[in-house]
Amino acid sequence: MLTRENTVNLLAAVLLLAAPLAANAFGQPFYVTLATRIAILALAALGLNLALGLGGLVSFGHAAFFGIGGYAAGILSSHALSYEPMIFGLPGTVQMPIIWIVAVIAAGLVALAIGAISLRTSGVYFIMITLAFAQMVYYFAISWPAYGGEDGLSILVRNQFPGINTMKPLSFFFVSYVVLLVGIGLFSLIRASRFGAALQAARQNETRVATVGIHPYRIRLTGFVISAMITALAGALYADLNRFVSPSMLSWHMSGELIVLIILGGTGRLFGPLAGAALYVAFEFALGGLTERWQFFLGLILLGVVLFARGGLLGLLAGKARHG
Amino acid sequence: MTIALALEQLLNGIQLGVMLFLMAAGLTLIFGVMGLINLAHGSLYMVGAFACATVAAWTGSFWLGLIASLACAAAAGAIVELAVIRRLYDRDHLDQVLATFALILIFSEGTRWLFGDFPLYLDIPPLLQGIVNLPGDASYPVYRLAIIAVGALIALGLYLLIGKTRLGMRIRAGESDREMIGALGVDIRTLYTLVFALGSALAGLAGALVGALQSVQVGMGEPVLILAFVVIVIGGIGSIKGALYGALLVGITDTLGRFLLPQLLAVFVDPSQAGMIGGAMASMLIYVVMAVILAVKPRGLFPPAHA
Repeated sequence: MLTRENTVNLLAAVLLLAAPLAANAFGQPFYVTLATRIAILALAALGLNLALGLGGLVSFGHAAFFGIGGYAAGILSSHALSYEPMIFGLPGTVQMPIIWIVAVIAAGLVALAIGAISLRTSGVYFIMITLAFAQMVYYFAISWPAYGGEDGLSILVRNQFPGINTMKPLSFFFVSYVVLLVGIGLFSLIRASRFGAALQAARQNETRVATVGIHPYRIRLTGFVISAMITALAGALYADLNRFVSPSMLSWHMSGELIVLIILGGTGRLFGPLAGAALYVAFEFALGGLTERWQFFLGLILLGVVLFARGGLLGLLAGKARHG
Repeated sequence: MTIALALEQLLNGIQLGVMLFLMAAGLTLIFGVMGLINLAHGSLYMVGAFACATVAAWTGSFWLGLIASLACAAAAGAIVELAVIRRLYDRDHLDQVLATFALILIFSEGTRWLFGDFPLYLDIPPLLQGIVNLPGDASYPVYRLAIIAVGALIALGLYLLIGKTRLGMRIRAGESDREMIGALGVDIRTLYTLVFALGSALAGLAGALVGALQSVQVGMGEPVLILAFVVIVIGGIGSIKGALYGALLVGITDTLGRFLLPQLLAVFVDPSQAGMIGGAMASMLIYVVMAVILAVKPRGLFPPAHA
């Protein structure tokens, strides 16, 4: 059905595809990279949106999963390039599909542990605890010297995808774009499923969910883990985009930025993360070109959005969300 | 390992704990009374440190700097409360997190704008330089002991303020029932501004005191802020008593962990490995402690009765 929101969504998806194609045609690969950055950040925020938008779980620690995805890419490729086996004698790899699987599983397991403890609490406690656990991962990455510690880890050659030359900016954009679309599709399937309904119901009224015989804790934990997995996938792509992974991907600033992306775009909306990421990268690019202190103005804009424009960009373009 | 070294580390732990208490007390007070989660508390810590360093450099007096840090942080807190924070009391925690995250960006970049990228340095006042000898051949800097003393005094002061004064009575009333105290004719808006300024002043004081031990730079408040979060989560959000015990627990666990874990592991593996693994484990130790405490008591050690 072509509602106003669907039209806006379709337009956003087409724009994100058309912009880098045009940029490439005019010989401006920088803009292709910018579009790739938008797609990857949108995917990361999409993952968080599952927990935050649908489940109402304000995780201030999703940078942990983003960074775990990034480190999965970095560590696997560094082992593959140095021919040193990892633990249990397993070899490294430069194949993106395998890296993605490892990233998703690793982040899923960590999310299961963090979620199992954090979800015993709610509200402010949950925000602070997810933040604290992410810091734990962050400090671990800094103090563990095997993979670069504080200096991070370079990925010398971008990892490969079968049949595609990922070193070409446009090809890598296509990979990221398709993954983002699959992510959006998955999000929309989950939202429409029985599980998605239960997750949203647990946000709206926990007691009623429990009354009809659904355990809110399990639903939330599942949602939290899936959410972390999607964000980790984005992290693996992000490391490949920059060909570099460092503890800054795990920092709490990153967690904050992911939440900001969602809010700029519109909480719980299917294309909110994409709209938010596009807006954010555009701010960063436009303001960053004008002043070194662009974060100052980002702060002011963000403050304005939170205080006065709560629907975000999609709220502005596509009207209010149809169901809360 | 000698007794002297262990004693020194223990005192370092207490000193860190006292600093964390100054931060955590403000955070937990603000949450308890206004129900607000304030990420920008670390920025007020930074404001205090910068105010102290600047005024100390102008006047040559650390003490004037200390007064300036209290005044500036309290003023900055009051302004922020009036301009932004009071619009957030009725919002959900997500909005509060985002708005105060935005405030961090504004404070950090604004400070960089004013003071540049280079750190400032703050000297320990002559009166507190030097070391004292402790039993068992240990020695310890006077300044750090003074910080511990200040922290103890503030803890006592807060206890008296909240337990024994009229303002404290209103604060406690505000914690248990916000609407009722407003209905009884207490000017709740002014009370909120006061509480916020008080918490900010404590954070500013902590920043100034630590500024003389480390360099004064943008972003200095953030690691402390997150530790303070751990403290209040462990202690029970809204409880000053919990903040005190939580702060000491976190301070001592962190310091002793970094000191003892590598040595403990050296018994089992070779020393270079032990240093590496021990260091990495020590940096995670307080979070593990937090996880264990939350697994047993999800609302912290001293949850406020009404929450």
